[in-house]
Amino acid sequence: MTLLQTRKLSAFYGDFQALFDIDVSVDEGETVAVIGANGAGKTTFLRTIVGVLETAAESVTFDGEPIGHKTPHEIVRLGIAMVPEGRRLFPSLSVEENLQMGSHCGRAGPWNLKRVYDLFPVLHELRRLPAPSLSGGQQQMAAVGRALMSNPRLLLCDELSLGLAPVVIRDIYDCLGAITAEGTTVVLVEQDINRALDASVRFYCFQEGRLALNAPTKNFDRAAITAAYFGL
Amino acid sequence: MEWLNIIIQGSLLGGIYALFAIGLSLSFGIMRLVNIAHGDLIVLSAYVALVVVQDTGLDPISSLVIVVPVMFVLGYALQRGLLNFTLTGGLLPPLLVTFGISVIIQNGLLQGFGAYTHRLQQGAIETASVQLPGGVSVGVYPLLVFAVAILAIAALQILFYRTRLGRAFRAASDDADTAELMGVDNRHLFALALGIAMIFTALAGVLFAIRTNFDPAAGPIRLILAFEAVIIGGLGSMWGTLLGGMVLGIAQAVGAALSPTWQILAGHIAFLIILIIRPSGLFPRTRD
Repeated sequence: MTLLQTRKLSAFYGDFQALFDIDVSVDEGETVAVIGANGAGKTTFLRTIVGVLETAAESVTFDGEPIGHKTPHEIVRLGIAMVPEGRRLFPSLSVEENLQMGSHCGRAGPWNLKRVYDLFPVLHELRRLPAPSLSGGQQQMAAVGRALMSNPRLLLCDELSLGLAPVVIRDIYDCLGAITAEGTTVVLVEQDINRALDASVRFYCFQEGRLALNAPTKNFDRAAITAAYFGL
Repeated sequence: MEWLNIIIQGSLLGGIYALFAIGLSLSFGIMRLVNIAHGDLIVLSAYVALVVVQDTGLDPISSLVIVVPVMFVLGYALQRGLLNFTLTGGLLPPLLVTFGISVIIQNGLLQGFGAYTHRLQQGAIETASVQLPGGVSVGVYPLLVFAVAILAIAALQILFYRTRLGRAFRAASDDADTAELMGVDNRHLFALALGIAMIFTALAGVLFAIRTNFDPAAGPIRLILAFEAVIIGGLGSMWGTLLGGMVLGIAQAVGAALSPTWQILAGHIAFLIILIIRPSGLFPRTRD
């Protein structure tokens, strides 16, 4: 069953068009990667889905309902959560308060403080500390935990690996299994292609605001990805 | 002993300055809104109380039962209907719009009530005093106002650090866009923030009007005192604001003891000195 669908999705920053006619479809329970070079429009794509950038109502549908015109606080209530690029934790709040902010929208579901601490035990130890005192990897865990606290049906992850050591990236990606096991649909935006393809069943490759490639990740053709990625 | 007396009287005077400052501090702390009309909203609260007292026969403190909800609703509507639209274009639009509101309130009050000075009459409590150990005699009313200031700040601390709404206020103050991603409706949250700020503004306005004469032009000096208390205490720190009010009050009391003409000036001088030595105030908390 299709959970998220975009049809001819376009997005603008002022007069600058950042996305052109993007058609993406994500089924419930699937993990899908969105890859592409810097400036390809991956982050813009996520920001449009969560309502930070406004677009035509019908160009984004979630569970069959048009949501392109809705505001971010309405969309998170429908069950779409985003782990923003650069984590964007609230610096004056403690780790636990950051997680609690995730449940502000009040959606019921499997995730609560205890479950998040089970998934990331280190956060439990650090729960009273201010968020900026955590290491980059711990902050990323807190950002993922905060998004989970809204009990999303669809989790959008923007550059989970950004600025993190490979061993830390692996730890965080290992936790994705526990998240998808709850039936949560995941969209991963990554520059780290191998990481993204390992974790997903399908991928979309963006290039300069347009969709360049859409394929299953099994037996993918390296040359085709390189071509789509760089526009060769 | 005389100096002890001056310091105690000055500290108590700081209570009303802290109350002036709370609303200003809240709207700046949460929304980065510098509310130039804050002093006039204090005076407007006093006029609302005046009308309630005249129409219902309630005493001024009891009139708060009506004045506080009225000002809360006014604050909510003002933020939701007008000020929210000024927040996206930098610091200047809210300054200009609230300056305009200030002019409108002053002239509206002048139109409606004339330029006469008024005062709210609370009765015997205004002149009652108690003897403290050490031979210092303090007024019951300043003591009451000071106690209200402490309770108000304690209540705000509980709201900010113990409730879901307070957590959302702090999160939106850090990063309003990300708070929106958590399901916070910033338009509603900011309107609530100004509504809550106006609760304390109403309290300040009524308590001030029992003690001091007011007229339609009394707002701007209250705004300046509120600004000074907030800046001395450090942006974002509520207890710092109380201390800032006390510093102002003590400086004024000391100035008045030297010469009555020095009272107001001494407060401003103390403010300028602290601004030079510690530009971010005594207990800065807000970061930008």
